[in-house]
Amino acid sequence: MRLLTVIALDGLTYASWLFLVSAGLTFTYGVLRVLNLAHGNLYALGAYLGATLVLRYAAGGSTVALGYGLLFLAAVVIGVVAGPLIERLFLRRVYARDEEVQLLLTFSISLILEDVVKLTWGVSPIFAETPYSFLGRVRLGGVNYAWYPFLLTAVALAVGGLLWLVVTRTRLGKVLQSVITDREVSLTLGIDVPRVYTWAFTAGAILAALGGAYTAPMFSLVPGVGADVLVTSFAVIAIGGLGSIGGAALGALVVGLARSAAVYLFPELDLFAIYLMMALVLLFRPQGLFGEVEVRRI
Amino acid sequence: MSALLETVGLTRFFGMVRAAENLNVRVDEGEMVGIIGSNGSGKTTFLNLATGYLKPERGRIVLAGRDITALLPRSITRMGVARSFQIPQLYLGLTVIENLLLSLAARCAGVGLWAPLHRTESHAEARRILAQFGLEPHAQRTVHELPEGARKLLDIAVAVALRPRLLLMDEPTAGVSTEDKFEVMDTLAAVLRGAEITTIFVEHDMDVVLRYSRRVLVFDQGLVIADGRPEAVLADAGVRRAVLGHV
Amino acid sequence: MPPRIRAALAFFGLLAVLLALPFLLSGWVLFLLTVAGAKALAVLGVVLLLRGKLLTFGHALYYAAGAYAAGMAVKYWDVHEMLVLLALGLLAGAMLSALLGLLIARYRAVYFALLNLAFSMVLYGILLKFYAVTGGTDGIGIAEPTLAGWRPGAASLRIVLYESTLVLVALLVYLAHRFSVSPAGYVLRAIRDNEVRVEYVGTSVWRIVYLTYVIAGALAGIAGALIGLSVGHITPDLAFWSQSGEFVFVAILGGTGSVLAPVVGSILFEFIRNYAFELSPYTWQMTLGIVLLVIIFFLPGGVWSLAQTAARRGAR
Repeated sequence: MRLLTVIALDGLTYASWLFLVSAGLTFTYGVLRVLNLAHGNLYALGAYLGATLVLRYAAGGSTVALGYGLLFLAAVVIGVVAGPLIERLFLRRVYARDEEVQLLLTFSISLILEDVVKLTWGVSPIFAETPYSFLGRVRLGGVNYAWYPFLLTAVALAVGGLLWLVVTRTRLGKVLQSVITDREVSLTLGIDVPRVYTWAFTAGAILAALGGAYTAPMFSLVPGVGADVLVTSFAVIAIGGLGSIGGAALGALVVGLARSAAVYLFPELDLFAIYLMMALVLLFRPQGLFGEVEVRRI
Repeated sequence: MSALLETVGLTRFFGMVRAAENLNVRVDEGEMVGIIGSNGSGKTTFLNLATGYLKPERGRIVLAGRDITALLPRSITRMGVARSFQIPQLYLGLTVIENLLLSLAARCAGVGLWAPLHRTESHAEARRILAQFGLEPHAQRTVHELPEGARKLLDIAVAVALRPRLLLMDEPTAGVSTEDKFEVMDTLAAVLRGAEITTIFVEHDMDVVLRYSRRVLVFDQGLVIADGRPEAVLADAGVRRAVLGHV
Repeated sequence: MPPRIRAALAFFGLLAVLLALPFLLSGWVLFLLTVAGAKALAVLGVVLLLRGKLLTFGHALYYAAGAYAAGMAVKYWDVHEMLVLLALGLLAGAMLSALLGLLIARYRAVYFALLNLAFSMVLYGILLKFYAVTGGTDGIGIAEPTLAGWRPGAASLRIVLYESTLVLVALLVYLAHRFSVSPAGYVLRAIRDNEVRVEYVGTSVWRIVYLTYVIAGALAGIAGALIGLSVGHITPDLAFWSQSGEFVFVAILGGTGSVLAPVVGSILFEFIRNYAFELSPYTWQMTLGIVLLVIIFFLPGGVWSLAQTAARRGAR
């Protein structure tokens, strides 16, 4: 019973992390039909900036609580600066070209951002752990847990809830759905599609950076963090279906629990649990759990 | 006369839209059948179903006695069915002759790895086919550079090069100017007659249908509402109302 | 003189010159050329796939597989024969791509690109994690190779590796050329333009994609074994995503217009990297990113298209 609790709780927190980290990627793909390969780098930027702000302003004593807000601020700053820059200066120019070209473009942005991180923060590890340690630990089901991962879960739920609310209940959401469904028709309806694209990309960037910022207190940061995140995020959204937020949530849950089970029951598999799941799902349902099949009209 | 293509109770809906319902169509070898109907009446759907691009919800499709309902388009093609499209489906980046050579490669030895695509023997046959369609002067141009009418003809040539038993054409003269329509159809008719290919073609132009088909099927909202000789069918008031919107 | 004879003469003439190079150049330049040649084979695989509009961000998977197939043979069976190691690399690349291709060849665009990436990172993880078997970050050394039984001395080894790479590259480039002008090669290009039509003339799109994928995998596999021999040492980094990214970069840099373009691009890249990286290691990737952007916007056909335009102007 204890093992089950551990697996469930571990799975849940890992799933939260996965969702937080993948939501931006799938959202951007859903609206713009572009897979942002620089997603991992935006995550890294959010993490690094967040860590730096915390270390500078919320390192100890009375200012620790400030740290949580600073992490959020870091994410927003990164998103709002990098998002429009990338979308308007570069991405916009290749919408009319092949998907491969778009992938290459975001790939080149990714290469550039890799070094931006190295140039700005160097290669030595950075660890801003006060937000993590400040929350302390709790005993659940007989096991000692840190509180921080539950904060992550809360943030993930908030993000998921917010996205769902915006997309289904607000006017902006209707506009987004229109653009997602049919770009040309949206244009004729008078929707400023280019502006929607910029906002959507920026939102995706903020989400990516948010994932990074709130994860920063958990590990020591090194320049390579972004790449692993990109691959993991892709696996999650491939399972859930590219472009589907709900799919990302489900995918995150599936992978989170699977990996958690693997860690405790089949440790050799834990690295591959996520990819095994992805391969399995894609084998039987190539478009992912909630994905749409693209039909070609002739 | 043996039946080449037969559909039995063919039914296909798209949500609430009836694209085909209980279609029982029989086309014999050697026939030249025209299909008319207003937009959305199910003509293209019929072609898509017959070539395996769409699967019916109910019913069967039989080609020369064989049930082909569950087969993929490429299997059906290999059994002797070829098709041209409303919007020509060609390899834009390749040259006209290369488009044709690929059909020949598919038909003959299968798609091989060693002998080059551009070979003397295949070139001879490709040029012969292009000449039949009046496309020889364009042989080395990329499809990208071709005018609309030529693309239409090439789309059909690519299908004819497969030496099919049954050719399905979706609006062969759409996009062709009125002066050229008859010329194009004359060329086509001569080629098809010479090669003894059974033909079914979807058309909007009534003059073309009158002149080139010996039998007409009228589609309306997924049903066949008339089937007979062109003069008789086109004179019928009900048909005219359904297809042209007026009597 | 008919054009085919002329092309063949030019090809062998060039080959002769290249074969004679070792006696003119320094050991270091020879080494760079050897490495460039080996990697060019992996890039060739990427280029072939790009011809069908299939972009892979995980080709290092087969590169590393080939390298480690050779490495394991050295480590566990004490095999030092080059010809055997190269064959093992080829087989490893071909078999792994034949297996994974069953899943991956169904996909295009984003899925294709990232599925390959995902699997390459899985291999990276395996190579890293199972260090008892693979040596982990220490890697595996591949030393004192023999060629058909003869063991070259330290002095002539570099030359032997260079000449072997040259011959292998020449052979494989030629085979790739045959593939490109065959019906299969053209169907690949046709798939890029119109998959529907390909199916509607009775050809299987999946079959050609799968075939190309296996060929590309085999090429990368033998490239991996070759790099292991040339460098003398292999590490899990061979499977890392940045290696795949490098292959993509060189493919775009060289251009996809010819089977020779990967060789040109690869040589260009190795030489530039050798000197630029020393200047500033923290801006190397940024430089790559910027160059890639420039190519995307101003020179989509890569360096090869420059050569083509120059040749055309010269011919006028």
